[in-house]
Amino acid sequence: MRGRVLVVDDDTALAEMLGIVLRGEGFDPVFCADGGGALEVFRASRPDLVLLDLMLPGRDGIEVCRQIRSESGVPIVMLTAKSDTVDIVLGLESGADDYVVKPFKPKELVARVRARLRRSDEPAPEQLEIGDLSIDVAGHSVRREETLISLTPLEFDLLVALARKPWQVFSREVLLEQVWGYRHAADTRLVNVHVQRLRSKIEKDPERPEIVVTVRGVGYKAGPA
Amino acid sequence: MRSVEGGRGLRGVPAGAVGAARRLLVNPRSWVRLVRRWMRRSMLVRVVAATVALGLVVVVLVGQYLLQRISDNLVSSRMAVAQAESAHGLKSMVDNFRTYHFSKEQPFPTFVVQEVEQLSGSAEHRTRYVVFLHARSAAAGPLYSDRATEGSQMGLADVPQDLRDKVNKDGDRQQYARLVTVPYAVDGPMVLHKSIVVGGLFDFGQVNGGRYEIYFFYPLDNEVAMLGVVERTFIGGGIALVALVAAVAWIVTRQVVAPVRQAARTAEQLASGRLDRRMRVRGEDDLARLARAFNEMAASLERQIHQLEELSRVQRRFVSDVSHELRTPLTTIRMAGEVMYEARASFDPAVSRSSELLQNQLDRFESLLADLLEVSRFDAGAAILELETSDVRDAVHRVVDGLRPLAERRGVTLVVQAGEPGTAEFDPRRIERVVRNLVGNAIEHGEGKPVLITVGGDDDAVAVCVRDHGVGLRPAEQRLVFNRFWRADPARARSTGGTGLGLAISLEDAHLHGGWLQVWGGPGLGANFRLTLPRRAGVVLAGSPLPLVPPDVPTSARSGADERTPVAVVRSAGTQVVASDGAASVLAEASSGAIALPPLRAVGEGGHDDVPAPSAHPLDRS
Repeated sequence: MRGRVLVVDDDTALAEMLGIVLRGEGFDPVFCADGGGALEVFRASRPDLVLLDLMLPGRDGIEVCRQIRSESGVPIVMLTAKSDTVDIVLGLESGADDYVVKPFKPKELVARVRARLRRSDEPAPEQLEIGDLSIDVAGHSVRREETLISLTPLEFDLLVALARKPWQVFSREVLLEQVWGYRHAADTRLVNVHVQRLRSKIEKDPERPEIVVTVRGVGYKAGPA
Repeated sequence: MRSVEGGRGLRGVPAGAVGAARRLLVNPRSWVRLVRRWMRRSMLVRVVAATVALGLVVVVLVGQYLLQRISDNLVSSRMAVAQAESAHGLKSMVDNFRTYHFSKEQPFPTFVVQEVEQLSGSAEHRTRYVVFLHARSAAAGPLYSDRATEGSQMGLADVPQDLRDKVNKDGDRQQYARLVTVPYAVDGPMVLHKSIVVGGLFDFGQVNGGRYEIYFFYPLDNEVAMLGVVERTFIGGGIALVALVAAVAWIVTRQVVAPVRQAARTAEQLASGRLDRRMRVRGEDDLARLARAFNEMAASLERQIHQLEELSRVQRRFVSDVSHELRTPLTTIRMAGEVMYEARASFDPAVSRSSELLQNQLDRFESLLADLLEVSRFDAGAAILELETSDVRDAVHRVVDGLRPLAERRGVTLVVQAGEPGTAEFDPRRIERVVRNLVGNAIEHGEGKPVLITVGGDDDAVAVCVRDHGVGLRPAEQRLVFNRFWRADPARARSTGGTGLGLAISLEDAHLHGGWLQVWGGPGLGANFRLTLPRRAGVVLAGSPLPLVPPDVPTSARSGADERTPVAVVRSAGTQVVASDGAASVLAEASSGAIALPPLRAVGEGGHDDVPAPSAHPLDRS
């Protein structure tokens, strides 16, 4: 499976070019040119990944991102022309897993897409316990007692990475490499935003986290099991 | 003709007052300081104090004058009365003498004494005392002298000598008066009494002993008492008047000061950013006009600030939009270029080379666009600092590791000396960008010689020095390196890449942190860039832990100035050497010098002009 990629971008030239590059890498691109129709195309095509332009006519990319996220955990990679923190954090907070700043190189984009689509094909059955959560790695599920907590694949990966080595403090750079697949240091804001989102789902009190703990000046670690 | 002397003598300043005041101020200097501070801080106090001081001066002067006039009038009128009385007494005595029949029972002196006794009046309400003496027998004492009380008397000693001289000369034709102070006692201890003494002379002819002097003493006790009452009244009235004036001044000043204070308060609030603050306008008077004018000023200020904010917002928005609009097509071009570049092997050589050129120039275009946008963000004041507490050494290591491939390609060794912990609050993205820029430049201009990167720290600051041993910089160039689009060597400008904005952005980044970015360089000696950051954000830098002039520079070429004050570094090298060796100075002047750029300095006003705008270089005094 090489993966179906939904490209939501109003710039037809860019969309076509993205199509050429993605096809060249063996992906199956589907296109949507405006934000209003994005959700329908998404539902119809059931893509494995969404490439989403943040500035869209009709409906804001952020809004589209929120809608897709509300009904699916499918990886979303934002294409953004703005490298300002506010814009990026806003995009990440609305549910995007990763972002690529225009102008990007095709290789960079493909690497991002691959990293998001990379799934260990047959994960070994593994059961992890962290705090009062139990994680079924193979079954991709997290439970607190009997309640199922729904996480996106990225959030799940983040939690698993931390829970596998609860004694270890992970720096943001290490997490970027392990979870996002960045080879060299990139934007640590990705980690910050996603840790916040993960906490809002798994912590009893996100203001006072007990499962994903911040280690000041170093990074994060999974709380005492 | 009569003469009056010493009218002032009736009154005196109460001598105890000054001493008491002095005793009250135990430490006059501290008192003065206290009062001064008080006056400086309150206009109300100052005005009231000035009013009281002026009022006191006026009251004292007027009072003094009036009392003087009253006293003079009292004395002169009393003197006139005394002279008239004396003249009358003498006249009646002379008349009696004309009818005097010499008899044996009553010898002449006895008669005269009787007459004089009558002149001195009854003992109960005595208004005058008489001293009578025979002119020739003055040495033998007076023939008659009134006894004021027992043990004390007014005598010849109390008569001024000049009065006696005048009286002896022509006292029979007229009387002379003098004001004197005589000691005598009335119902108590001996006190000095102001008195008028009037002197006259009889000539009874040779038969009856010739000339007799007579002196009348008129005590001024009543007048002195009256003057005392007047004086007390004056003092009381003066105090009341001054108090009244002070109260009026207080009330009037308060009415003026209160709105001024309100204006000051409002201005302070406006200055602190609460632009909607206004003064209360009451009535139609001058103060209401002040309030109205103030409010108009505030309103116009608010309007203009909002306008500027709006402009800045529009500008930022525009930059952001341009960014997006440019970036989207650029992305397409970039991807298309990449696809073509990947497939270049199958093209004919010209197209293949074209795709390579396209690829390279797209890289340049991209970084230029990115830098331009960054600069415009700084210009719009939209650059945001994202502080993290972290170690500068980590940032340096990351940058150096990232640049090693480039350094290896150029045959440059990168040496990092980072011993001390460089923990500080900074924006890692920006600081890494600065260090990347500096190290990248050093590799670029280092001519294959090693580049030394030093990290140092003290209690307040951390510093990163990037030292290369390349061609170095001429003093004139040191002022220009931070200018936008400035290039060290125009001849080889475009081949070395870079956008020409790197150092300008780095300087802005450093300033955004409240830090310094400075350069030292000499032709043939290489260059040393020093980035200094405060350990804690918002702290004003006092100095840098690392020297700007590298330690390996020969002393003849280094600056002897105090390194910690950036201003002093500038142009000090030349003058230092001139003092010691004239010949060496030329060399040193040409080969050394350092420039420091203080924070907040406007960068590159002149754009790509090689001549900087004077205002942009406050340090340029050479």
